[in-house]
Amino acid sequence: MGRYLIRRLAAALLILLGVTAITFTLSFLIPADPVRMIAGRSATPETIESIRHQLGLDRPVYEQYASYVLRLAQGDLGRSYVQKTEVGTLIWSRLPATLLLMAGAIFFELAIGIPAGIYAATKRGRRSDRGIMILSFAGVSAPQFVVGLLLLYIFAYRFGWFPMSGYGTLGHLILPALTLGIAGGGWYSRMMRSSMIEVLRQDYVRTARAKGLAERSVVLVHALRNAILPITAMIGLDIGLFMSGAVVVESVFGWPGIGQLAWQAIQRLDIPIIMGVTLVAAAAIVVGNLLADLIAPLVDPRVRLR
Amino acid sequence: MRKLLIAATAALLLAAPGLAFAQAKQGGEIVITYKDDVSTLDPAIGYDWQNWSMIKSLFSGLMDYAPGTTELVPDLAESYQISEDGLTYTFNLRDGVKFHNGRALTSGDIKYSIARTVNPETQSPGQGFFASIAGFDAMASGEAAELSGIATPDDDTVVFTLSAPNATFLHILAINFSFAVPKEAVDEHGADFATHPVGTGAFKLAEWTLGQRLVFERNPDYHHAGLPYLDKITFEVGQEPTVALLRLQRGEVDVLGDGIPPAQFEEVMNDPANEGLIVEGGQLHTGYVTMNGNVAPFDNVLVRRAVNMAINKDRVVRIINNRAVPANQPLPPLMPGYDDAYEGYAFDPEGAKALLAEAGFPDGFDTQLFVMNTDPNPRIAQAIQQDLAAVGIRAELQSLAQSTVIAAGGEPDQAPMIWSGGMAWIADFPDPSNFYGPILGCGGAVQGGWNWAWYCNEEIDARAAEADAMVGDTVAAARLDLWRSIFIAIMHDAPWAPVFNEQRFTMHSPRIGGEDALFVDPVHIPVNYNHVYATELQ
Repeated sequence: MGRYLIRRLAAALLILLGVTAITFTLSFLIPADPVRMIAGRSATPETIESIRHQLGLDRPVYEQYASYVLRLAQGDLGRSYVQKTEVGTLIWSRLPATLLLMAGAIFFELAIGIPAGIYAATKRGRRSDRGIMILSFAGVSAPQFVVGLLLLYIFAYRFGWFPMSGYGTLGHLILPALTLGIAGGGWYSRMMRSSMIEVLRQDYVRTARAKGLAERSVVLVHALRNAILPITAMIGLDIGLFMSGAVVVESVFGWPGIGQLAWQAIQRLDIPIIMGVTLVAAAAIVVGNLLADLIAPLVDPRVRLR
Repeated sequence: MRKLLIAATAALLLAAPGLAFAQAKQGGEIVITYKDDVSTLDPAIGYDWQNWSMIKSLFSGLMDYAPGTTELVPDLAESYQISEDGLTYTFNLRDGVKFHNGRALTSGDIKYSIARTVNPETQSPGQGFFASIAGFDAMASGEAAELSGIATPDDDTVVFTLSAPNATFLHILAINFSFAVPKEAVDEHGADFATHPVGTGAFKLAEWTLGQRLVFERNPDYHHAGLPYLDKITFEVGQEPTVALLRLQRGEVDVLGDGIPPAQFEEVMNDPANEGLIVEGGQLHTGYVTMNGNVAPFDNVLVRRAVNMAINKDRVVRIINNRAVPANQPLPPLMPGYDDAYEGYAFDPEGAKALLAEAGFPDGFDTQLFVMNTDPNPRIAQAIQQDLAAVGIRAELQSLAQSTVIAAGGEPDQAPMIWSGGMAWIADFPDPSNFYGPILGCGGAVQGGWNWAWYCNEEIDARAAEADAMVGDTVAAARLDLWRSIFIAIMHDAPWAPVFNEQRFTMHSPRIGGEDALFVDPVHIPVNYNHVYATELQ
């Protein structure tokens, strides 16, 4: 276990280093000049060059990358070009909201997806199965902007059950988390359904049924433990996805998450923030996958960590 | 009529300086929403339309504009004198001005603040505005640590020495980049001064929760007695404009910082419930198509004129729900120097075809039209593309990110045509010279510049320099006449096809009031925060 963890963490560091190298290179390939975005439209060529020099952007790319990695090793993500604020501070200030929305979204995804998938699997081929699959398809394909606005209009504007926007209470969390949960729930229900159908075909399920166990207990006690395995792996991926932000939903509900920060930074070509957010998201994907792998043997004793 | 109004306002101002509108009772608070987080509140750095007006409420400069107008009035200055040769400006500071930290303002603060903007280490986008101050080059290049053209003979007097006369210099002292900041606060916070602003403005920053909200509180020591009226302004950021509109209708929000969302515009305008809550006004903005003179066939003036005649501006205006008025010259109608009598190129596709044939392109030609990729700009560009196709010009659309279009425009031969929407040009200050130098003058036709037509007419450049050297009230009218003739001469060369001037539509809740002009203030967008008041307290 210890050796496994060390090996995985070392691999994670290499992956993150690779991510910084790729993002850094890409930021130099964009046919636009961040210095001109900072300098604004009234800048003289001299001002532009002087800002380029101040930011060290007139040095060779490899030199800039080396100094970025050196500072990164000391935990310094640099300062925003536009805001001049430390990137660490900007990301840190949005981390609680991002994590909370992630937790809420994963809760709704599972709460919607797992029961729907199980039910559809047990009613396979019947009308209710088809109905659930159509709904899940709709959930996956409906634009989040529309779903979010619809929920907001009905439950916040019309009924006034929830605040219209903002962050701070459980009431603020429910609608944005539900919006994300509807889309994710669609995916999870499809995955749960096929995984459950697969498991229900197994011999041990037939045995359980032959023993005369109630169908409910066959499905929920015997089959579910195996059928849910692919889902735990998917949660790991979801963590990474949500860490890079849920831009659309954050914007509809005024949720101060990382997605908004990233979106604004991309528009302003604020490369230190783009680098920082990419790195945090990549780290979250790596950690999320690691967690999923660590949890797997707890759920399924057949899985061994090597 | 407009001139009459301006004259009347000016007369009012002379009668009661700094008191353009009736006094209102103080108190109350408002909520304003924005989609984007505020990038910075440092007056040397902030240069977008969102923080521009916020900074004006936190800081002040030697000069300002009478609320709701483009008329210059002294602010931190009590009075000023301009020398006969136009090279020396002497300002006497107003008594009793205090920074938010309690310290009294001195002339040294004015010198420090402007020198800070010029200092290359500050990385200010406004550095170039101060180029006419003596010693600018030495400081901007990092050779000198002081700006030699600013002297402070005593605590209440600032003397500027210019290297050449500059008729816009008083405007330069009214833009945010010149606003007074206290050195001790800048030293204490360093780069984080952006989020810890300390100024002499009507409001002070009470709270800034990144990504969520900013709260401004009334500055009780503000140097204009009785102002501002509001106790508190909360800016909620990260708000989708559509949701912000719903919240305004529910009474949770008072002003839509990003304006009325285009998709709801018609509905909102036609709703009788909104009567009296939407104020329409002009803007110092022109939207135009640039034609790059370095790229054939736009080196031919006949082709450029044909493009001017090919575009159906009324249709383009309809595409954006009539939120603009068709333009026929570079200057917007609100800008001093605008020529009411000029009729421009009429929409005339047949005439355009004839001109193209005369230029040697009877079958038209292929070209590219660059456009920023956010709505409504691609739709506008498509309309222009259709108009051009009708006269035989086959323009391929290049719909790209803002920064990419700006970069292409700054290269001598990359972008044959650019639709300026979303990028250029809104004036930095209400003077016609600001619509010339960077975007139509030879100085802007450089790599990385904003003169995307790469238009450089040295004869016109000389006349522009002559106009900007005409300093003082006695020659002000002659100077505007000169500028008027310059822009009409430019239209003869037709480096641009001016398309429209955007109108502003500010929607506010019934909870805030004030003269309509405050809600479409030409220099405060969306609203002049310092002068609006809470209606329930009046």
